[in-house]
Amino acid sequence: MLLEVSDLTIAYNGLEALHGVSLQVDVGELVSVIGANGAGKTTLLQTLMGWQLPSGGSIRFEGRDITRAQTHARARRGMRIVPEKARIFSQLTVYENLMMGVYGMRRKIPVDKRLLWLYSLFPVLEERGAQVASTLSGGEQQQLSIARACISAPSLLLVDEVSMGLMPRLVDKVFELLKQLNGEEGLTILLVEQNALASLGISHRAYVLETGDIVLEGKAGQMLNDERVREAYLGI
Amino acid sequence: MDYFATVATIIVIQAIAACGLNVIVGYAGQISLGHAAFFGIGAYASAMLTTKAGLTFWQALPISLLISMSLGFLLGLPSLRVREDFLAITTIGINFIVEAVFVYTPFFGGALGLGGIPRVAVFGSRLGNSQFLALCAVFLAITLMICRQFTRTWMGLACFAVRENETAASSMGISPVRAKLSAFVLGTGMAGLSGALYAHYARFISAGDFGFPISISMLSMVVLGGMGTLAGPLLGALIIGVLPEVFRSLMDYRMFLYSMLLLLMIRFQPGGLLGEQSAAAGLLKGILNRRRASSA
Repeated sequence: MLLEVSDLTIAYNGLEALHGVSLQVDVGELVSVIGANGAGKTTLLQTLMGWQLPSGGSIRFEGRDITRAQTHARARRGMRIVPEKARIFSQLTVYENLMMGVYGMRRKIPVDKRLLWLYSLFPVLEERGAQVASTLSGGEQQQLSIARACISAPSLLLVDEVSMGLMPRLVDKVFELLKQLNGEEGLTILLVEQNALASLGISHRAYVLETGDIVLEGKAGQMLNDERVREAYLGI
Repeated sequence: MDYFATVATIIVIQAIAACGLNVIVGYAGQISLGHAAFFGIGAYASAMLTTKAGLTFWQALPISLLISMSLGFLLGLPSLRVREDFLAITTIGINFIVEAVFVYTPFFGGALGLGGIPRVAVFGSRLGNSQFLALCAVFLAITLMICRQFTRTWMGLACFAVRENETAASSMGISPVRAKLSAFVLGTGMAGLSGALYAHYARFISAGDFGFPISISMLSMVVLGGMGTLAGPLLGALIIGVLPEVFRSLMDYRMFLYSMLLLLMIRFQPGGLLGEQSAAAGLLKGILNRRRASSA
C-alpha cells in the first residue's frame, strides 16, 4: 500500500470533523473521495499533507508512519497537493512557480525533461513563462498549480476540488488530464471532489464521505450504478 | 564638505542596515521591529574588539559579523516560529532586552557607553571623513550585490514563496522556518556590518543609539522606499536621512511630519516609492514611453 489511513480523527476546537476515517491507496491507482460540502473532504486532504495534525489515528505513506511529520518532510518524500483555489505564488513568475515545485530535489529530477513534458500538456505555461502568475486567468492558475505539483514526479498526488470555480469545458479537460497522468504516467492520485459524476468517471475506486464518516466504498463503476449514490450525489 | 560627508556617511550606514531589514521584511515577509538590536550588536562587538582586545577594524569586522549573525540565528530560531503580530512583539522584546544588556552590564561600559573607538585605517593610514564615506559606499555596494544575488538563489526564491503563501510553500518541500531563518541571519549580518561601521564613525557609542525608535526609523526607510525592491531601502534611507537636515527649522514638528509621511505612504502607496503600483515608477515609465513614442 502506498497510503494507509487508519481510524483518522480530526477535531477543531473539540468539534470532530472526521470520526475515524480509514482508507487505502495502492500504487498506480486513481481513487476518489466524494461527498457533499462540509463532509470533511478538504480537511482529510489537508491532514494528509500535514497542514493540520489529527487528534487520533495514523497515516502511513510508503510504509512509514508520517502521522506527525511536517508538511515539507512529506513533500520531500514524494507527496504533492493541488490545493483548492490553486494557491499559486502570485508575485512570482510562472516559470519561478514551476521551479518551486522541484525545490531541493533538482539533482534527483531531470528538470528540463519534465518541463518539456509539462509544456506539451500545458502550452500556455510556456507562452506565459515570464509573466507574473497573478496575471493568469483562473483556469490557467489551476493548470499552473497542477503542473507545479507534477513537475517533481511525485509518488502520490492529492487533488482538492479541482473542478471548483472552473468553467464546465475546462473541468472536463482537467479530469481528462488527471486520467491521462494516471494512465500514461502511472501517477497515483487521490482525488477529493464534489463533482461525483466526473470523478467517478475517471476513478478506479471511490469512497463516499458523509459528515465525517466513510459510508460507502467500492469500485467506481459499481458506485455509478449504486442506487444510493445515484440518488444522493449524481442527482439521477 | 565635512558637513556633507558627515550626513552622507550616516545615510549610507543606515542604508546598509535598511537593506538587511529589507531581506527580512521585504523578501521573506517577516516583520521585525527589533532590527536596531543587531545594528547595536555589530557596533558593540566591533567597539569592544578594537578598544579592549586591541584588534584593528579589519580584524574585528569578520568577528563582529559572525557575532551578529550567530545572535541573529539564536534569537531568530524561537521568534520565527510565531507569525505576524506575535513576531512584531517578540522582535520589539529582543530590541529592549539587547538595549538593557548594554545599559546594565558594566562590561559593555554601562550607561556611560564606550568611547575611544579608533578610526578605520587602510594600509596604516587613518581614513579622513570623505575617505571613510567612500569605504562605507563600497560596503553598501557589496551589500546591494549580495541582496541581488540572494534573490536569484533557491533560498531567495523559497523566501518569496514563504512570503506569498507559507502553506503552499511547505507543500513544495520548503521548510518555512529554514527559509525565514536564512533571511533573518543574512539581514542581521547586514545590520551588524552597518553597526560596526557606525561605531567607527561615531567613535563613541551608547545603548541609546540602538533603541526601539531606531528600529522604527529603519522600518520606515524600508516601507517608504518599497519593501522587497532592491533600491527601495536606499531611497528610504536617503529621504529619512535628509529630511531632518532640510526641516531643521521645523525640528519640533519632525515626528509629526514623519508620521504624516508614513500614513500617506500606507494609504496611497502601500508598495513604497519603488514598489508595486508605484506612482513614481509609473510617472517615470510614462515619461520614457512618451520619449520612445516621440523618437519612433
